[in-house]
This record gives sequence, C-alpha cells and structure tokens, in this order.
Amino acid sequence: MSTELRQLYQEVLIDHAKRPRNFREIAGARSVEGYNPLCGDRIRVYVDTDAGQVRGLGFTGSGCAISTASASMMTEALQGKTTAEAERLADAFQKLVTGPMDAVVDDSHLGKLAIFAGVREFPVRVKCATLAWHTLRSALHGDAAVVSTE
Amino acid sequence: MSTKAAERPHIAAPYDVERVRRDFPILRRTAHGKPLVYLDNAATSQKPLAVIDAIRDYYEHYNSNVHRGVHALSEEATKAFEQARAKAAMFVNAARAEEIVFARGTTEAINLVAWSFGRQRVHAGDEVLISAMEHHSNIVPWQMLCDEKGARLRVIPMNDRGELVLDEYEKLLGPRVKIVALAYVANSIGTVNPVGDMIATAHARGVPVVLDAAQAAPHLALDVRALDADFLAFSSHKMYGPTGIGALYGKFALLDAMPPYQGGGDMILSVTFEKTTYNAVPHKFEAGTPNVADTIGFGVAIDYLTALGLDAIAAHEHDLLTYGTEVLSAIPGLRLIGTAREKASILSFLVDGIHPHDLGTILDREGIAVRTGHHCAQPVMDRFGVPATARASLGLYNTRAEIDALAAGIRKAIEVFA
Repeated sequence: MSTELRQLYQEVLIDHAKRPRNFREIAGARSVEGYNPLCGDRIRVYVDTDAGQVRGLGFTGSGCAISTASASMMTEALQGKTTAEAERLADAFQKLVTGPMDAVVDDSHLGKLAIFAGVREFPVRVKCATLAWHTLRSALHGDAAVVSTE
Repeated sequence: MSTKAAERPHIAAPYDVERVRRDFPILRRTAHGKPLVYLDNAATSQKPLAVIDAIRDYYEHYNSNVHRGVHALSEEATKAFEQARAKAAMFVNAARAEEIVFARGTTEAINLVAWSFGRQRVHAGDEVLISAMEHHSNIVPWQMLCDEKGARLRVIPMNDRGELVLDEYEKLLGPRVKIVALAYVANSIGTVNPVGDMIATAHARGVPVVLDAAQAAPHLALDVRALDADFLAFSSHKMYGPTGIGALYGKFALLDAMPPYQGGGDMILSVTFEKTTYNAVPHKFEAGTPNVADTIGFGVAIDYLTALGLDAIAAHEHDLLTYGTEVLSAIPGLRLIGTAREKASILSFLVDGIHPHDLGTILDREGIAVRTGHHCAQPVMDRFGVPATARASLGLYNTRAEIDALAAGIRKAIEVFA
C-alpha cells in the first residue's frame, strides 16, 4: 500500500471510524444536520453550550471512515473548551486539511487531530474531513438546520 | 468430414480484447503509478482513436456551419452531420433518419419529450408512470411536468433482486396514466428490464412509452421497431463517442405532431415579427448551431460499435459480468446490490465495515477507477437501505485480469480496515 494511504488511514482514524466516541444524541442540545450530497454522508451534530463553554458534544448519522473519525475526534477535542476556542480549532483544522501539500502547519494545539494532514494528498476527501466541523460551526452560530457541502 | 469440422464454421472469430484495447490510447496510461484499470464505463466510456481522429479531422479540414452555406466546407460538414443521423437511425433500427433528433445527451432528450410531448398530453389529475430504478434524469423531468400540470408521478416497485414487479406494473397502469418512462438498463444496478413486454402492455391501454437507453446502448442491440418504442433516448459518451451529444428516437407521427422544444435558428422555415413557420422534423427540435464535431464523432463511435458487433460485445461483457459476479461473491463480507436474472455490465456492491467512499480511494491508489456514491439514483439506494455503493461498470475493452485486479484491491482495503 502507498505511503499516502498509510498516512491517511492511520490506526487511530480507523479506530474512531469503527468505534466513534460520543456517538449519541444529546437531549435538549442544539443540533444541525450536515450533508455531503456527493457521497451521501449525513451526520447530525449536537452541541450543548453554557456560559460560552461546550458542555456536551455528540453526533449521529452515517458516513465514510474519514467523516466519521473526524466527527468522533472533534467531539473529544472540543469537550469543555470555550466556544471561542472551538472556533479557533475549527479554523486550524480547516487550514490543516486544505493547506498546500508542502505547507508547514502549526499543529501543536491540534493534538491527535494532526493526523488529518494526510487528507491533503486526497483533495476529493477534504469535504469528508470537514463535514462535522462545518456542521458544528453552524450549530454554534445557530445557522440553518441543514448544512450541505455543495 | 468429421463432426468437429462441421461445427466449426458456425463459430464466429473470437473476440480479441487485446486488439480492441489497442484502439483506445488512454488505456496505455497509468494512474498513481499503476496500469489504469478503468471500470467506470457507466459514468462515461473511453474513446477509440477513430473517434478522436474524426473530431480532429473535422476541425482541421472542413469545420463549417451546417444546413446553411453554399460553399464546399458547409456542404461537406452538412453531409457528415446528416450521415451521423442516418447511422444513429440504423443503430436503433429506426424506419427513417428523420426519426432521430440530436440532443446534448439522454438528459436533454428526455427533457425534450417531457416538455414538448408531455405538456400536450398530461393534464391535471393524470399520472406519469416511471420505475423504482430510474436515473435522476428519468425522474426529475417528469416530476417537473407533474408539478406544473397538477399530475401525479407513480412508481413501479422492484423486488430485492432489483427486478421490476410486473404484476404491480399492470395494476398501476390505470386509465389516468398518460406516459410510461422506463430505463432499459438500470445504471445503478444493471438490471435489464423486459421493456418489449412492458411496452406491449402499455400500448394495449393506449399509453406511449419513453425508454431511457443511455445504459443499454453500449451493451445490447437496440431495435425500436421490434420493441415498438415510442421514444428512446441515448448518449454518445456512454457509447465510446464524445460527450455533449446524444439522440432522441421518436416515431415520426409523434414527432411531427409535437411543438418545438426551443426556438432559434435552424428550427425555422421563415420568420417575420408576426409569424414563424417551423422547420420539418427533426430540424424543428434542433434550434441553434448544433454540436457538429461531436455529432460526427458520435457517428464514428456508432461505426466502431457496429464493426465489432453488439452481439459480440454483449457476449464478451456477459462473460466478464459472470466472472466478476463469481470473483466478487467469493470475497468475505462483500454483498452485491442488484442480482437480477437479466443484467448487463454493472457490479454494484458493498463491503462490510468499509464505506464505499473509502473503498473507492483505496482502489484509486491501485490504479482502479470505480464509481462510489448514489450513481444519480438516490431512490435506488433508499430502496436497498444503503447510502451509497461502489460500482464497477464493464466495457468492451475490459478483461478478466482487470476483474482480478479489482478483487485484489478490495482485499487490500479489507486488510486496511481489518
């Protein structure tokens, strides 16, 4: 198998895809649906905030390994963060997966999420990686009830 | 004379797939450093050199507008353009060349029928009957028509194998049905529908039938007269011809009675500000300067298919489909979606624990091109309760070795996700 594929489908990604964390509805939380019509990935992100802080974060739905792992790892990374921190991390994640192949991205604060740099080699998969994050942003902003990647 | 020798003359020359492959320059390229294994023919097929050359030859030697100029180039272009129409007519066994209307492709051809024929025929309270395995292009134009007219779109269901339930079809074919529109071959799951019988049933109740033959045209011999089809739409680019061109076959009397689809040049006989007299069939449906180069290329693609012979192509592809079904079914956790008894060219499948999109990415890195997603047939995915499938679609240049490569690629993906 190619190096790029190994970089993309790392063990931690496959683990999250197979056993997504926080894969649940959160009663009473704000929720937004994210949909990628190109591949049929459909997830719903639930976010419960209190005094500018993320108290609870979960998701449901179905998608490919990349979108599922991204959603799962996002819910872990943002637990307890302030909404401003969540926004910053969403920006950093976006830059990480869409940056030029050779760009050096400061991923120190991204933690485990840094593995998603591998997506850069697969431009058609960027939308899979960012679906959960776009959906989260809409939920934080109280935007449309459905977010589409198209 | 031995019996063996007596049998031999009946056997046609064997289909030489390696020779066929040499006609397609693109098959020499690699993808991600691996030999290209192109199994996305249902999306679009590759083009033989003869087609590419014909387009180049037109632009190099006789590029000109058609049906207008008195000069040599226009005469040559018009002749080649109208020859392509005659070839398309022969290809579907139409009674006359005028029964072929050129369009951008199957989608535009169906829209033409829905807009021009459908609008005259369908009224409030009427019904348009389609099937559960249609491509979006044979759903949405009818939905738009029904919305406009206050008519109802009804759907012939399919069973778990992906075959239409013909008893239900008969029941649905009530007095309100004004048009039936059907896929000849389903692009998502490969079912070949018994359209001849279905047309006979519809005609017995006075209902005309529109066939979407986009997926049928490259795989089986079309015969509009044997089928008694009222309309039949097909696309050049799925038949080893260029993109941007296709054809609508329509029975002459129907076409003749239909209003034009778009207004403009070429579709008129005379224009004053008070009144326009429309041109004759088929030109009244071909407004504006047509896609001359690709129409000529389309004609050459038809020549190519005809020279190989649709029966020989079908036999080759049937062998591949049988082999592919066998090889893929042997992979643990692989499930084929669409197992109709009559199938052509399509292997749509799912692998346990691997999303089709991930499978597609892994196969791509092996040089294998498949389609993953809903194949512009979301209702089919819903029917089988899956968001998407991976689809390998076979063409006349594919080989058993390529099926083996596909199977090896799938096994690799299974290892990654193990």
